[in-house]
Amino acid sequence: MNKKLATLALSALMAAGPAMADLVFPSLSYRTGPYAAGGIPFADGYADYFTLLNERDGGIGGVPAKVIECETGYNTEKGVECYESTKGEGALVYQPLSTGITYQLIPKTTADDIPMHTMGYGRTSAKNGKVFSHTFNYPANYWDGASGAINYLLDENGGDLSGKKIALVYHNSAYGKEPIRTLEELSKKHGYELVALPVDHPGQEQKSQWLQIRRDRPDYVLMWGWGVMNQVAIQEAANIRFPMENFIGIWWSGAEHDVMPAGAAADGYKALTFHNVGSDFPLYDDLKKYVVDAGKAAGAGDQVGTVLYNRGLYAAMLAAEAAKKAQEISGKADITGADMRAGMEALEMTEEKMAELGLPNFGPAFTVTCENHGGNGMVGVTQWDADTKTWSLISDFKPTDAEVIGALIEEDSAAYAAENNIEPRCN
Amino acid sequence: MFYREAGDFKTSYRDDNQTFPIKFDRYRYYVVLAVAFGIIPFIINDYWANALLLPFLIYAIAAIGLNILVGYCGQVSLGTGGFMAVGAYACYKLMTAFPDVSMFIHVILAGGITAIVGVLFGLPSLRIKGFYLAVATLAAQFFLVWLFNRVPWFYNYSASGQINAPERDVFGIIITGPNAPAWATYLFCLIFLTACAIIARNLTRGTTGRTWMAIRDMDIAAEIIGVNPLRAKLSAFAVSSFFVGVSGALFFAIYLGAVEVGEAFGIQKSFLVLFMVIIGGLGSIFGSFAGAAFLVLLPVVLKVVGADMLGWPTDIVAHLQLVIVGGLIILFLILEPHGLAQLWRVAKEKLRLWPFPH
Repeated sequence: MNKKLATLALSALMAAGPAMADLVFPSLSYRTGPYAAGGIPFADGYADYFTLLNERDGGIGGVPAKVIECETGYNTEKGVECYESTKGEGALVYQPLSTGITYQLIPKTTADDIPMHTMGYGRTSAKNGKVFSHTFNYPANYWDGASGAINYLLDENGGDLSGKKIALVYHNSAYGKEPIRTLEELSKKHGYELVALPVDHPGQEQKSQWLQIRRDRPDYVLMWGWGVMNQVAIQEAANIRFPMENFIGIWWSGAEHDVMPAGAAADGYKALTFHNVGSDFPLYDDLKKYVVDAGKAAGAGDQVGTVLYNRGLYAAMLAAEAAKKAQEISGKADITGADMRAGMEALEMTEEKMAELGLPNFGPAFTVTCENHGGNGMVGVTQWDADTKTWSLISDFKPTDAEVIGALIEEDSAAYAAENNIEPRCN
Repeated sequence: MFYREAGDFKTSYRDDNQTFPIKFDRYRYYVVLAVAFGIIPFIINDYWANALLLPFLIYAIAAIGLNILVGYCGQVSLGTGGFMAVGAYACYKLMTAFPDVSMFIHVILAGGITAIVGVLFGLPSLRIKGFYLAVATLAAQFFLVWLFNRVPWFYNYSASGQINAPERDVFGIIITGPNAPAWATYLFCLIFLTACAIIARNLTRGTTGRTWMAIRDMDIAAEIIGVNPLRAKLSAFAVSSFFVGVSGALFFAIYLGAVEVGEAFGIQKSFLVLFMVIIGGLGSIFGSFAGAAFLVLLPVVLKVVGADMLGWPTDIVAHLQLVIVGGLIILFLILEPHGLAQLWRVAKEKLRLWPFPH
């Protein structure tokens, strides 16, 4: 019986696929599991922006956008299932919000000619568009994050970090390991000492790592965490009375739900970012009018304006802008994945464009080219205020060490190209 | 009526001892093989292959492997995830070191390497039993995952510690990587599953299998009647690890294409395969298939019905899925502690008498 139902469902699904005229944006979200706290606001923001476009403008270029959600639970096997079940529906761009799933999908999306946007996560060397034709990671990547954090510390220390000790607390996975190489290179350049402390999935057990921090007394602690690991780390840092202003998380470790559990003790905690925080933008008025008050908000509708909701919104906004660009290039409203890829590669975000969209100064201005799929790598720093329960941008979007990162990206993408026999494009 | 021994005369010992002594069963088996090899490859698409059939085939191999160890030889193991990781990393190192060698050879060699590692971690089984052995194999699980995370040589010094399967072929047909056609990956795994199942079936009803079962039923008595526990236990570990290693290699190279050891081969994988074996039926090859099918297909079916057909929110479907799968597991274990294989056996007994049960 079950099998029959499944067969029916699948055949119905496949028959319905090609006839659809909507612009399909699959959302491989996770609203369950140990990483749900981060997955929910992102998925809500992503869905709400497209709802807003549909309600206010009647879609993108006159064609309604359709978000298909598929629950991955941050699990790579489910991610594959989600990808295979949605790609036949005319998917335009994938945003898996998981580095593990990204690695799986890089070759698959390339073969299926569907672009993938891994905003601030995924494989860093995908910035090199010459090798990674269908993967985009604008506006910033992990290595920008690592360099941005070091640059910020350099500013704080008058340009000199020699003799300082910096600890990296990281999620022991592909995601957490990404920054190590950059931080090592930068430590050679700036003369600080790096101590790497891995935390195993899901990250609830960090006593020994923080004991080591208490013993070693590093000057600064950087964190590459996600999900429950963030809350635990901030609580542990508070327990050993580590000064919060010397504790900097990557952009995935800097949301409200990460700092709230530690209460007042989390005051002063810093996190990197590549987009602005808060809901003080004209777009949010429209969002309230057309989506929230109309009862069309995704999920529980209680995440509007949080850091990760903004990030989901930002991701959706960039996708919508790329779709507009694709419509412009291809000259038709009903675009395909290949058109979308071309649109993403020609995407140009300027201050004026963002102001026009109702999001002035929401993110850095950047241009995507055939060679550069990663934007300009501008990184800002935010700080948590436990009294007002708000994040605020304390350091504006600043450039990162392109020289060090560029060389590493060249090296890593060359290794990928050699392993997979990829001819460099863009000549 | 159709399903009966009567009228099917056997004139040799060979006929008498065949795997499917009942004619109806035998033809059913041929039909299943014919459909699997002759029909499915022509109608398969990417979704069916990657979401349902490949995981089913690969988990079935792992379940057969674990069933040999737990079900036939009675040695509880929680190291399946770690041994699958050995298979995957061995396959990766071989694939990248010898790109021109056929994938068949790589997968078999990966199984062989896993067998050696399995024997090493099986050595404690000569001294300890039951729960204590489970803990020892748990150590293998954690040690192996830690090792593959820690030593960069295993992942060819890539920045993220991920391993990626490059494109490789068998007789000119691409079998790994994103350009591999669905039918080819499916057939590749199916060939391994069929071979593994036939080997396992024949091992378990011969001398080797009987010594394993003797050890399982009572090791002291087995020793007294002349079974060498060293050879029996270590051979069970070797054969079991070989199958698990093959499944790990296929899991990485054919199915996922990119793997991160902690996420793909963590402790939850060990439990998943153990549940497959327990739900399917300990000491049964058919049970391994049934258990793998149950735990691979059911979540996907629930997701398709809940999220795609009924349009429920994805998080509610995901939670319901946990509730339903968990509930069904408990229900099965209460109603039929010997697993799905026992249900099948009972059904066959009833079929023999049907439609005249008296």
